[in-house]
Amino acid sequence: MTPTSHPESLLIIIPAFNEEGAIAGVVQDVREFMPGVPILVIDDCSVDSTASLARQAGAEVLSLPHHLGLGGCVQAGYKLAFDLGYNYVIRLDGDGQHDARDIPKIFEVLKKSGCQMVIGSRFLNGSHGKTTVPRSIAIRFFRLVLRPILGKSVRDPTSGFVGVNREALSVFRSSFPLDYPEIEALVVLQRKAFRFEEVPTKMRPRKAGRSSITALKSVNYMVHVLLGVFVNILKYEGRRRKR
Amino acid sequence: MDRLLYVISLFSVGLIVWILVSVRRAHIRVEYSVSWLGAAVTLLLLSRSHWLLDDLAAALGIYDPPIALILLLLVVFLIVFYRFSVIISHLKDNNIALAQKVAILEFQMQSARNHEKTETAAAGQ
Repeated sequence: MTPTSHPESLLIIIPAFNEEGAIAGVVQDVREFMPGVPILVIDDCSVDSTASLARQAGAEVLSLPHHLGLGGCVQAGYKLAFDLGYNYVIRLDGDGQHDARDIPKIFEVLKKSGCQMVIGSRFLNGSHGKTTVPRSIAIRFFRLVLRPILGKSVRDPTSGFVGVNREALSVFRSSFPLDYPEIEALVVLQRKAFRFEEVPTKMRPRKAGRSSITALKSVNYMVHVLLGVFVNILKYEGRRRKR
Repeated sequence: MDRLLYVISLFSVGLIVWILVSVRRAHIRVEYSVSWLGAAVTLLLLSRSHWLLDDLAAALGIYDPPIALILLLLVVFLIVFYRFSVIISHLKDNNIALAQKVAILEFQMQSARNHEKTETAAAGQ
């Protein structure tokens, strides 16, 4: 992977932690639907063969020296993308739940809309998506919380299928939520008066492994993220909001 | 009341000795021992100075001086815990930034090595 100055340079990043059952398939899918686009797997210090399988499948691997959690892992990818001069970054999960066929759609909206962030949403166009009950409750709860804060509704605030442009990268490289980044990242962007759009995407069942989300973890997640949202509001810099 | 004050004095002396031993064995850095030593010395002085403790209780509007001392103990330790929470938060942020930096530098070094190998191979052909 070399530095780039191409105005439409795109990097696909895939944060992964112990995803040896799915990562090769995810990388192959991305290569099939986005040929020629560099793929960076950020290995969050997996104890299995995630890194080597990702390399064999054709991705480059950024290996973290110890486990940082999702936010720290994604931020490392954003930092590298910014340093290498990429103008667009699309992130998808390493468990195979995001359909690589949706990447061109996100990229097009990212380039044409001028929005700093495009979210792949499983709940647009009347789709209810397939998700667990605890996650569904969390999504509904945060839709209500975020509506007045963001000034517009967001259907899928917990989506990890996200595209950002260089403006957002420049913010996220220095300020990115570490534990549960998706929702707080929206508030970070709002503070900078940045805009986001949602595009409909498909959500597939995990290719391997099990979701670690339980009812108790969901409650912890909601409390943690709610606190993070309000902390980010308190940091509000007082700039005029653009819609 | 006197028995409680003796217990608090003993606790304070024990804490001072424990902290000093920990510093000597390099289990705690000197700069982080200051908060604990300050808290322990404050407790020791108050538990041994009846007039100071009586004045403190009167100032706080508390009838029972040992209760005032326990309240103060709580406040002092909350401040120490807060100070350490701030330090831990800074350390965690620095640690994450450092880990990311190491990973990125390693990645860029490996990319440069691969690039060099490719160029050398191309020049040799």
